[in-house]
Amino acid sequence: MNTKLIIRIAKSLLLARWRQTLVAAVGVTFSITMFITLLGFMNGLNDLLDSLILNRTPHVRLFNDIKASKNQPIDLSGRFKAYHNFIKSIKPSGNSTEIRNNGLIMQVLRKDDRVLGISPKMTAQVFYNIGEIDITGVVNGIDVEAESKLFFFQDYVTEGSYLDLKNVPNSIILGKGAADKMLAKIGDVIQITTPKGERFPLKVVGYFQSGIVDIDKVQSYASIKTAQKLLGVTNSYVTDIQVKLKDMTLAPVLSKEYAHIFNTDAEDIQTANSQFETGSSIRTLISYAVGITLLIVAGFGIYNILNMMIYEKMDTIAILKATGFSGKDVNRIFITIALSIGFFGGITGLVCGFLLSSVIDQIPFNTAALPTVSTYPINYDLKFYFIGISFSLITTYFAGLFPARKASKIDPVDIIRGK
Amino acid sequence: MQHSTIIEAKAINKSFHDPVTIPILKDINFSVNKGEFTSIVGKSGCGKSTLLYILSTMDTDYEGELLIDGISMQGKKEQDLARVRNEKIGFVFQFHYLLNEFTVLQNVMLPGLKLNKYSEQELEHRAMEHLRKLGIENQALKSATQLSGGEKQRVAIARALINDPLIIMGDEPTGNLDKKNTEVVFEIFQQLATEYHQALLIVTHDPSFASRTNRIIEMEDGRIIKS
Repeated sequence: MNTKLIIRIAKSLLLARWRQTLVAAVGVTFSITMFITLLGFMNGLNDLLDSLILNRTPHVRLFNDIKASKNQPIDLSGRFKAYHNFIKSIKPSGNSTEIRNNGLIMQVLRKDDRVLGISPKMTAQVFYNIGEIDITGVVNGIDVEAESKLFFFQDYVTEGSYLDLKNVPNSIILGKGAADKMLAKIGDVIQITTPKGERFPLKVVGYFQSGIVDIDKVQSYASIKTAQKLLGVTNSYVTDIQVKLKDMTLAPVLSKEYAHIFNTDAEDIQTANSQFETGSSIRTLISYAVGITLLIVAGFGIYNILNMMIYEKMDTIAILKATGFSGKDVNRIFITIALSIGFFGGITGLVCGFLLSSVIDQIPFNTAALPTVSTYPINYDLKFYFIGISFSLITTYFAGLFPARKASKIDPVDIIRGK
Repeated sequence: MQHSTIIEAKAINKSFHDPVTIPILKDINFSVNKGEFTSIVGKSGCGKSTLLYILSTMDTDYEGELLIDGISMQGKKEQDLARVRNEKIGFVFQFHYLLNEFTVLQNVMLPGLKLNKYSEQELEHRAMEHLRKLGIENQALKSATQLSGGEKQRVAIARALINDPLIIMGDEPTGNLDKKNTEVVFEIFQQLATEYHQALLIVTHDPSFASRTNRIIEMEDGRIIKS
């Protein structure tokens, strides 16, 4: 009915000035293209950087920290019960970082519905022997299969096979940095010294690259059995239990719960990596700000073009009003014009944005720090496309609002009598 | 039925207030009946066009009462007035005001599409009928820019007729036309009045045009001096 007629009039007004219309639409297209590309690229990068840390980080980590005794002598005195006591003299002693009773804890965790999986771990401080000098290092004893399944260990083993860690006795996967220092090739046997002073030969079965160079200089991986042997402890010795949850957002709550039940320390991923989330959200914020700025500029373009169109089409508006179109109808005609520029410009922008993203996705991007990536990362989340088209409609609507209102207020008598 | 009142003006006064108050229309009382071919004449600046725009409902800034088809226009919303214009009044101005973006046929159909009383096919048929009546049916599919001045004015008349208005109002409809085309337009008006009993209210300063209408309203200094 009426809507059809209004669209028809809007369409012919648009096509009558198709050159201007095109310029306006290209403005919107350009902004939406940049918006989509920018957000896709930024978020691809965010995901990459996050996964660098988040994939490798347990959602909840159970451990025993070395800390001063909670029960200091002064607390035992009845006289000072009501006071804040700061005299502390009993230093940490006797307690190791081992999680006691870890077999039972793991059993309970495996039965917990909220837990995706767990992976026990122990760390051993060692010295890598390179000729005459020793450098400090850390050997992580891991459950190879659980670690690969939950924390994508295999992605970071750049050379060699991660499964050899389990299959070859007394084997080690060295951090790339450490391996370079030691001139250790795959298949070589290296010597390390344990904290207790024993020398221990280990066979190199692979290199490991985390993306963070400092870590690669120090860390290396062995199976948990090998690590236990290194330290000369029983095969129930575990210093960390890494828990991966089905829902990461539950981590802060569950870490408190587990710390309480199991009487250990617990750290959740949000606390451990809060700086990464801040970084991600600020990068996203910047991309949105740039995208919206572009759209607002395009909006001003549309505003100008509509204003010009109204001056040119004064006669048309006057006669439409004289023959029975109300101010509201005229308003709707110009809003329709603005929205269709936004809609078609926006849709084209989405397509161009997708194409540009795909092109960026093909550009080689090789860096030693990011072993799993070979091209620039792009996130193709539909959310951005949805936001893009919504933004383009909203900005063009507002750009059209004032010219349309002006058009609807035109007094036909002024125009007709002016002739 | 033949003499029922279409438009009635009761004590209409209008002044311009910028920069000082100047009365334009003073105590206008008159009515137009169905089938009457009326012209309003008067010197330039006597307020005849102003009166026409008040009667057309486009100008709402006046005192007094205006009845169209027995209904008072006082206090009506802009949208309702637009509907009244759409349904009951046809306009022919000095300038044709055709939309260049549309064909002749579409120009004629536009007020009808807005009224939405007939289907599009039916409306197209009616528009062609009017164009035929005015002798320009072979121009129907041309763009409005391709027509001559006289033809354009005839298209404007067809557009005014499309919704079967109660009255056709004209503001110097022959003002831009040469003698021959003036004659054509006048004949069309006369034919509408006699054959179709169409009421017409035409503002003109052409005495020969006015003298051939049924009724002449003469204005001077914002008053009707003879009707």
